[in-house]
Amino acid sequence: MFKSINRTFAVILLLSSSSVYADKYSNIGRAATEQEIAAWDIDVRPDFKGLPKGSGSVAKGQQVWEGRCASCHGTFGESNEVFTPIVGGTTKEDILTGRVAALVGNKQPQKTTLMKVSTLSTLWDYIHRAMPWTAPKSLSNDEVFAVTAYILNLAEIIPDDFILSDQNISDVQKLMPNRNGMTMNHGMWDVNGKPDIRSVACMKDCTVQTQVKSTLPELARNAHGNVQQQNRIFGAVRGVDTTRPPMTAPIGFLIKQEQETQNILSQANKDSSVKTDGLSLSRKNNCLFCHGVANKIVGPGFTEISARYKSDPGAEARLIEKVRKGGAGNWGETLMPAQAQVSNDDIKLLVNWILKEVK
Amino acid sequence: MTNEIRKTGRILPAPENFVDPKLAHEITTNGMDETRRGFLINSFLAASAGLASATAMAGSVKNNAFIGDPNILSLPEHSVTLGKPVVTNAYGMPSKYETNLLRRESPGLTRVSAASVSFAPLQGLFGIITPSGLHFERHHQGWQDIDPSKHRFMINGLVKHPKVYTMDDLMRLPSVSRMHFIECGANTAMEWGNVAVPTVQYSHGMLSCSEFTGVLLSVLLEDCGYDKQNGKYILAEGADGSGMTRTIAIDRALDDVIVAWGMNGEMLRPENGYPLRLVVPGVQGVSWVKWLRRIEVGDKPYGTKDEAIHYIDAMPDGSFRQYTSIQECKSVITSPSAGQMLLDKGFYNITGLAWSGRGKIKRVDVSVDGGRNWNVARLETPVLSKCLTRFNIDWVWDGSPATLQSRAIDDTGYVQPKINELREVRGTRSIYHNNAIQSWKVAASGELSNVQVY
Repeated sequence: MFKSINRTFAVILLLSSSSVYADKYSNIGRAATEQEIAAWDIDVRPDFKGLPKGSGSVAKGQQVWEGRCASCHGTFGESNEVFTPIVGGTTKEDILTGRVAALVGNKQPQKTTLMKVSTLSTLWDYIHRAMPWTAPKSLSNDEVFAVTAYILNLAEIIPDDFILSDQNISDVQKLMPNRNGMTMNHGMWDVNGKPDIRSVACMKDCTVQTQVKSTLPELARNAHGNVQQQNRIFGAVRGVDTTRPPMTAPIGFLIKQEQETQNILSQANKDSSVKTDGLSLSRKNNCLFCHGVANKIVGPGFTEISARYKSDPGAEARLIEKVRKGGAGNWGETLMPAQAQVSNDDIKLLVNWILKEVK
Repeated sequence: MTNEIRKTGRILPAPENFVDPKLAHEITTNGMDETRRGFLINSFLAASAGLASATAMAGSVKNNAFIGDPNILSLPEHSVTLGKPVVTNAYGMPSKYETNLLRRESPGLTRVSAASVSFAPLQGLFGIITPSGLHFERHHQGWQDIDPSKHRFMINGLVKHPKVYTMDDLMRLPSVSRMHFIECGANTAMEWGNVAVPTVQYSHGMLSCSEFTGVLLSVLLEDCGYDKQNGKYILAEGADGSGMTRTIAIDRALDDVIVAWGMNGEMLRPENGYPLRLVVPGVQGVSWVKWLRRIEVGDKPYGTKDEAIHYIDAMPDGSFRQYTSIQECKSVITSPSAGQMLLDKGFYNITGLAWSGRGKIKRVDVSVDGGRNWNVARLETPVLSKCLTRFNIDWVWDGSPATLQSRAIDDTGYVQPKINELREVRGTRSIYHNNAIQSWKVAASGELSNVQVY
């Protein structure tokens, strides 16, 4: 009993002494320099902590915008071509209330950035760290102030002659149209948060409405490509051929169809006289493990064989025999094993291919 | 005996191209009769003219006596030839027959493929681990393949000792290996209002699960001496062009968050953040910052682009829920599922996935009658916290229309809701966090399709 208590004490002591961070993982990592932190610590928080000094006018912003931003976002930030629109859907009234009225009841089908964003810091931070799209982090701080000013001006949040700066940005924050539009009143931030929906797991004779509420629109059936080719070609199920309308006949016909096909195919395999070319034939029969087409591996290359025997009229028969029964001595001491598993037809084709076609 | 005969037919590839598509469809739709059988034979003969005489062919078809499967009776090539040597593929690839299950984009969902999504082919995956090459992708400004010898990781902010770590440093630290799911907050987003996509790949495929290896973030925060009094949040920041940033509450960060380099036994794939990413178990994928370069400890949330413009849940009263992060309990039947078809009546194994961002899966129920009656499915092991759980249940299909559903319950007692229950609270424009019960309708033809039933 005492022993175990002592042991517990010992463990506690050990833990507390080893949790002195500086010693615990010695010689791992190093102190970050001030310059390094300055180079990477670029985030700007909603209270504008992290915002560098600087300023930019709406007019300067328009210049930067037209050169660096408009091709994706449209001249007025309205474009829906490449990304969702930035500007639109906010009113003078929204600037007063801090709630974008068009969001209620989802009247506006497309929500623009300015309809959603509550914090001006977010715009500044994101433009600074990630824009322009193909050359992120290439705008100067003043250019970021200017572009931000231009966007705000497009939404009539600030006037045409405005100069946005680190000094007045928190005043402009008070004009953001959706500044009061966010809520943290939900249980999905904390792992122990309270869920907003409490469903019940009914097991028997549960109440369900009989009709199907929604089905896949006909136009969407093949919109993701042929689903048949997005499923395995064997197993418990097959992919549906979505290039065709749904089948109407009950189950069973497909199996019969496959069976018919199989019967025909197996017959066809028996009768087939279709031959593959020499290279695939030699690959299929594993000739290429020992013979290169043009080079010696274990045995001679096919071109070497061809060069030696192509004008020898008796060579064909001798080589066929050699492949079938194996041999050694013509190209070195390494044995060519008998190839009894290769069909006579294949051997004949291979030898002919080597003698007549390999160059 | 009839069953055995049928099975040999089923393991064959889909019918060859010699059948005219129109005829094939007619046969599929209306069945085989003598006329169509004749057409089928003739079309084959036309395709193989000169190979066999018409009478021989017809005779073989009519004579249906079953002697045996040709795949058994005549030894296949692979049984009578030498196979390929070792290291033919120094990094092994899937079989040449496995070309259909791929990551795929949803056309029209995004307009630039560098700021887009590819979905994992859940309809054909087994167990709970997603093959690394099929892990779903979500990039905000394209993906990069970063030289690990030049990658640096910094911790700064409210810490006594701001530090820089190399990959060499990080990989010397005590590591953990843990299996967790990652799901995009926008998974199943397209189904909030109505049915919109044809298969489970597009409805639920922004979901993957891997074994991740790395060092607990708590170890690193301790190593830097984070401010236990004032440190309330961390900011995680990526090294990619988008400089991806997300806020994580400090209690979450200290709990089970991993600064990870390993994924399924090897290094992370570039598309998944090579050489370093954050693993935030139970939380939506956007917080699992890839190409992780920096953690800042602070006393307030950061309101980044993906916390103030995107990844905010639109509510019916016009407000947005900000910092919605936890992926609540959810499940889906992956096979049979929409876009697949059953080949015959009889036995099937209904299989699917269940997961919860709040803990372990406690139970999964499956209904085949659209939610009227439910049966408890088998959970396959392991059943881990914040990890995918595979469920299976036996089903004998009698050939009549059916509607398949699964419903998961996690160890907090939370029951996966029906879509109408979600809509009552959150409306239909939320985009994010749709964890509703999914319904697949089975038609008498054996074809499954995506429907909403409640």
